[in-house]
Amino acid sequence: MSEQVLPIPDDVTTPWWEATKESKLLLQTCRECQHVQHYPRAVCTQCAGNQLEWVESAGQGVVDSFTVVHRAPSPAFTAPYVIARVRLSEGPTLLTRIVGADESELACDLPVALSWESLSDGHQLPVFQLKHQQ
Amino acid sequence: MSASTAIVGVAESDLGVTNASILTLQSQAITRALADAGLSLSDVDGIATSGVSRFSATQVADYLGVQPGWCDSTFAGGSAYEMYIARATQAIASGQASTIVISFASNQRSARSRSLGGVVETHTPEAQFESPFGPLFPLSYYAMAAQRYMHEYGATRSDLAQVAVLAREWALLNPKAYRYGAGPLTVEEVLAAPMMSSPLTTADCCLVIDGGGAVVVTSLERARDLAKPPIQILGYGESTTNTSMSQVPLLPTGAVASGKAAFARAGLSPSDVDVVALYDSFTITVLLSLEALGFCGPGEAASLVASDRVRPGGDIPLNTSGGGLSYCHPGQYGVLLLVEAVRQLRGEAGARQVSDPEVALAHGTGGILSTHATVLLGVDR
Repeated sequence: MSEQVLPIPDDVTTPWWEATKESKLLLQTCRECQHVQHYPRAVCTQCAGNQLEWVESAGQGVVDSFTVVHRAPSPAFTAPYVIARVRLSEGPTLLTRIVGADESELACDLPVALSWESLSDGHQLPVFQLKHQQ
Repeated sequence: MSASTAIVGVAESDLGVTNASILTLQSQAITRALADAGLSLSDVDGIATSGVSRFSATQVADYLGVQPGWCDSTFAGGSAYEMYIARATQAIASGQASTIVISFASNQRSARSRSLGGVVETHTPEAQFESPFGPLFPLSYYAMAAQRYMHEYGATRSDLAQVAVLAREWALLNPKAYRYGAGPLTVEEVLAAPMMSSPLTTADCCLVIDGGGAVVVTSLERARDLAKPPIQILGYGESTTNTSMSQVPLLPTGAVASGKAAFARAGLSPSDVDVVALYDSFTITVLLSLEALGFCGPGEAASLVASDRVRPGGDIPLNTSGGGLSYCHPGQYGVLLLVEAVRQLRGEAGARQVSDPEVALAHGTGGILSTHATVLLGVDR
C-alpha cells in the first residue's frame, strides 16, 4: 500500500483527532442549546453559539446508506471496500467504512457498532461493524 | 423581472476528443453563440463562466479582449450555468449589463485531467473527515443516494439502467452525440458493465469527454430585433445544500426547493412543460430530479422513465440530446442543457425535434447533489 491519505488537524479538530488515539469518538455539543454535531466546527449550526464541548459517542448507529467501491481513487486504497453513512444514536451522521462484512449482508438501516483502524501517523479512523458480528 | 430577458444565441464548442485547449473551446462556443444571435464580441458587456482557472470570467474576458461591466464566476459545479441565467436576468433588469455570454468548456478527455477521487483541498472538513475513507468523488455519494432510493422505494438496478437506455435512444437521433453511431443500449448491457461504486456501473455514469457551450442573454425587447426568435426566460430557482457526504439527508434533494421557486416565478407547473432537460451525471440523478421537480410522485420515477411518455413522441420528452450519458458530458454539463432546451423551443432539433414545444425546463445539478438550479424557458408570445 502506498502512502495513506492522512488528516491535517486544525485549531478546532486537534482534540478530536487526539482522542482517536485512545479509541474515543468525540462529538460536539453546544453548551447553549445542547445541539450535537459532527464534523467539529467553530460554531453551533443550530444556534450559532461558540461554546462547544466534547462528549464521547456511545459508538452505536445504523447504516443510512452504503456503497462498495470497486475501483480505488488512488494507490492509497485497495478496492473493494465499503463506504457508508452511519447515523449515530446521538443524531449526527458521519462518513465511514463498514468493515468485516460481505456485500450480501449489507443493507440500509442495519445496526452497527464502532470499531477502529490505525493510520500511519498514530491517529485512528472510526469505522463500523454490523452488530450481529460482534 | 424574470419575463424581461431572453436567450438569443446558443452554440456548442467542438465535442468529444478535441485535443484543443479550454480557451480554444471557450472561444468556439462563445463566438458561435454570438453568430447564432447575429451579435459580435463588441456587443458583449457581461461574462459568466467557471472551470477555466481561479479567475475564470476574468480569464475569458482577457482572452477575448473584452472588458465587461459585469461578470460572475460562481463556482457551483454543473448547475452554475442555470444559476447564471438568474444572475444575468437580474443584471440586465438592473441595467448593469445588456448582453451577457454564459459559457463553459473543458478538455478533460484530451488532457486526462479527471480523477476518480476528485479534487481534495486539504484545509476543508471533507479532507479530514471523509477523504481518508476513500470515497470516489462524486460517484460514491450518488451511489449511496441510489442505494437509499432503492431501499426506500423497492427500485432495482434495472430501474436505474432504464435511464441510460433512454438517453441512448435519444442520442441515436442527435448527430452531435458521442454515442450517435453506437446503436441501442440494453438494460442487460448496463447491468453487465464494470461495477464502479455499487449499485452504479460505468454505464450508469456520464461520459467523460471534451466539450462546451455558450448561451447569449439580453433583454426581451432587444431580442425581438435579433437574428433568431427569442426564447424567454420565464423563471428560475436554486438551492445549495451540502459540500460534504454526511451532512444532509440523501433524499429528497435540493431540487425540490429550486423547482418550486422556478415554477412559482414563472407561474407554471410541471404539466405545462413540453421538453425536459435534466442533469444526468448518473442514472440516479434523473430519477431523483424527476420526483423532486414534481413530474411524478416519490418512488414513481422508475416507471415513468420506463414508459413511452419520456421517449421520442411522448408527452414528457426527457433529455432529448442524449444527455450527459450518451451525448456529451464535459465535467460541467449545465450549459448544454440550456443549448438543447433553446434548440427544441426554436424547432431546430432535427430528427429529435419535439412537436411544437412552448415551454422547456432545464435543471442543473452540481457537485455531490450539492447545488440545484432550475430554469424555465418559453417561446415568445
